[in-house]
Amino acid sequence: MATTNFENMQVIYQHPESLLDKNTHYCPGCTHGVAHRLVAEVLDEMNLRDKTIGVASVGCSVFAYNYFDFDFVEAPHGRAPAMATGVKRVHPDKIVLTYQGDGDLISIGTGEITHAAARGENITVIFINNANYGMTGGQMAPTTLPGQKTTSSPKGRDVEQAGYPIRTSEMLATLDGAGYIVRRSLHDPKHIRQAKKAIRMAFETQVRGLGFSMVELLSTCPTNWHLSPVEATHWLEENMLPFYPLDDFKVHPALKNLNF
Amino acid sequence: MTRELWKGNEAIAEAAVRAGLQAYFGYPITPQTEALEYMSWRLPDLGRVFLQAESELGAINMVYGAACAGARTMTTTSSPGTSLMMEGLSYIAGTEVPMVLVDVVRGGPGLGNIAPAQGDYNQIVHGGGHGDYHPIVLAPASIQEAVDIVYQTFDIAEKYRTIVIVMLDGSIGQMMEPAEMPPMQEVRKVWPAWSASSTQGKRERNVLTSIYLDPKDMEKTNLRLMKTWQQIEKNEIRYKEYFMDDAKFAVVGFGSAGRVALSAVRAARAEGIPVGLFRPISVNPFPKQQILALTDKMDGFFVVEMNSGMMLDDVLLASQGRIPVEFYGRMGGVMPFPDEILREIRRLHAEGWKAEGHPRDRWLAKLEQIINEE
Amino acid sequence: MPLSGTIVVDENLCKACELCIVNCPVQVIALDMEHITPRGFHPATLVKEGCTGCGTCAVVCPEAAITVYREKRAEKERA
Repeated sequence: MATTNFENMQVIYQHPESLLDKNTHYCPGCTHGVAHRLVAEVLDEMNLRDKTIGVASVGCSVFAYNYFDFDFVEAPHGRAPAMATGVKRVHPDKIVLTYQGDGDLISIGTGEITHAAARGENITVIFINNANYGMTGGQMAPTTLPGQKTTSSPKGRDVEQAGYPIRTSEMLATLDGAGYIVRRSLHDPKHIRQAKKAIRMAFETQVRGLGFSMVELLSTCPTNWHLSPVEATHWLEENMLPFYPLDDFKVHPALKNLNF
Repeated sequence: MTRELWKGNEAIAEAAVRAGLQAYFGYPITPQTEALEYMSWRLPDLGRVFLQAESELGAINMVYGAACAGARTMTTTSSPGTSLMMEGLSYIAGTEVPMVLVDVVRGGPGLGNIAPAQGDYNQIVHGGGHGDYHPIVLAPASIQEAVDIVYQTFDIAEKYRTIVIVMLDGSIGQMMEPAEMPPMQEVRKVWPAWSASSTQGKRERNVLTSIYLDPKDMEKTNLRLMKTWQQIEKNEIRYKEYFMDDAKFAVVGFGSAGRVALSAVRAARAEGIPVGLFRPISVNPFPKQQILALTDKMDGFFVVEMNSGMMLDDVLLASQGRIPVEFYGRMGGVMPFPDEILREIRRLHAEGWKAEGHPRDRWLAKLEQIINEE
Repeated sequence: MPLSGTIVVDENLCKACELCIVNCPVQVIALDMEHITPRGFHPATLVKEGCTGCGTCAVVCPEAAITVYREKRAEKERA
């Protein structure tokens, strides 16, 4: 191959400033990394890094604070929306985000997320739905699909015994305090680009003081799904998309004419 | 300043406001609720943060967030709520951020009742949350004392970046007494350098967390916490003595139990019985040295509590078996009358001190009859 | 004429997940089996001519490990 002359080149894509140049603890191919990058890119584009305070959760994203280059606090399991409420009420002029997984957000933290949304808490929630508890080794989560095998549903999730998965975005979108709630997916380039637009919209919601904003991101967990990273994206597409439709569940009227 | 008639729960709320409280988060629970109600109008009137949370879990984690964000922050609750807050308290201790909790203690275990009790002593003083930490616990015995203590708690919490808990018996929360309010302090305008208040592009980022995955790092944090605790043990001991100069033996009691005991001690003194009262105000750190020093002068300690003898264990440890210890307690929200304590004081004075067995066993042996005869 | 571009993969970040490889529209990325990163992976690398600098590899990269460059002249023409 010919040697590249970088003088004639412009940078099209690079490591975002809001993300530290650090090796993550995430498994190869895990889309947590994509979600991190998109959040960082949006904060860079909106020039918000210096006024942002993040709230990490418990789960694989427990170390999110190691990767984002702004102030961060680390919440107890499920309590990130409550902690974020405390931060935001003290600093209403700052940008506050939580970054939570499905076990954290809609199992142990169901009360906190529901009431943060109901209050119209002016925070942004990045919600990673990968249909299992990743950090503890792949147990059944409230988002685990019917029939899906996990280490605590070894014969597949039996809805007669373990009940049904929760469609979180649909549920929270019924609350009047919600300003922006959408579901997106991280399984291919097109959907990742759409996810980034949604994250941008969520932070625009907060900047405009339009209430609670959340982007649910369907994500892969190659290690606990026992699939290669590429196979995992296919599994997500074939199994999660039919159960978790990608849609806008709540969009504040003031956001409707915004386009990025 | 003038003395005014204050309800305990409202008085501690106003004292916190005057101490520069910036953000309050709480949840209704009897017998604490008036504090929440008071804050719900008082703080917004002053342009400060009030929020009623969805649960005590929510409330303590909002406090955790506000504390990390650098605000003077507090919550108030009662025993079952305190149990729910234990998770948050452990995280707050591990993160080393300052906060104030007022626990208006009620009868238990379980849902129990809404009567005054001291059964939270063990869960608060000896730490109900997981891991190695020690909160400062202060136990006032009157509304004025509660006001004065709450007014100082934020400075203490911030000095050591620790949790300060004010343990009130339900009676002090509910009763009315004259009290003088301290002056209104100005609300702090600068965020602490360590706080998660956003970098503003002017400093390195702050990360506040209680996770230390490498045990070596966790142990260093534990060591730092313990060194801070040593300082607290040195600086923050508080207690009050009554009729102790010429006393031959001492009643030991905190909070309302100490206050009821004082009536009994006064009555005993009128009968010529040489008894005094030692009332710990800081039950954590516990005045161990003072208790130990008293063993040189006293024939015995008579511990009175509104629980099954939780502080009794601390008195036994502190007195190192040097002198006999006797115990009398009422549980489940029942307050002892001064007469009950006076009866025991008279008996100890007349019959002398027994050393065999455990004081808790001696007390239990007679409690059933006392209950049945009432 | 397609735009000319190139990519630089940060070997400290790449974990060889292959998502960039399968998503590259012109199929010019592969794992470098001759080389092992400090973290023990065969890193993704450009192996053929034909990169257009479209950025798709960077969009799917979970490690933000890829910097994408595109020819300036081409960008002007496009404008």
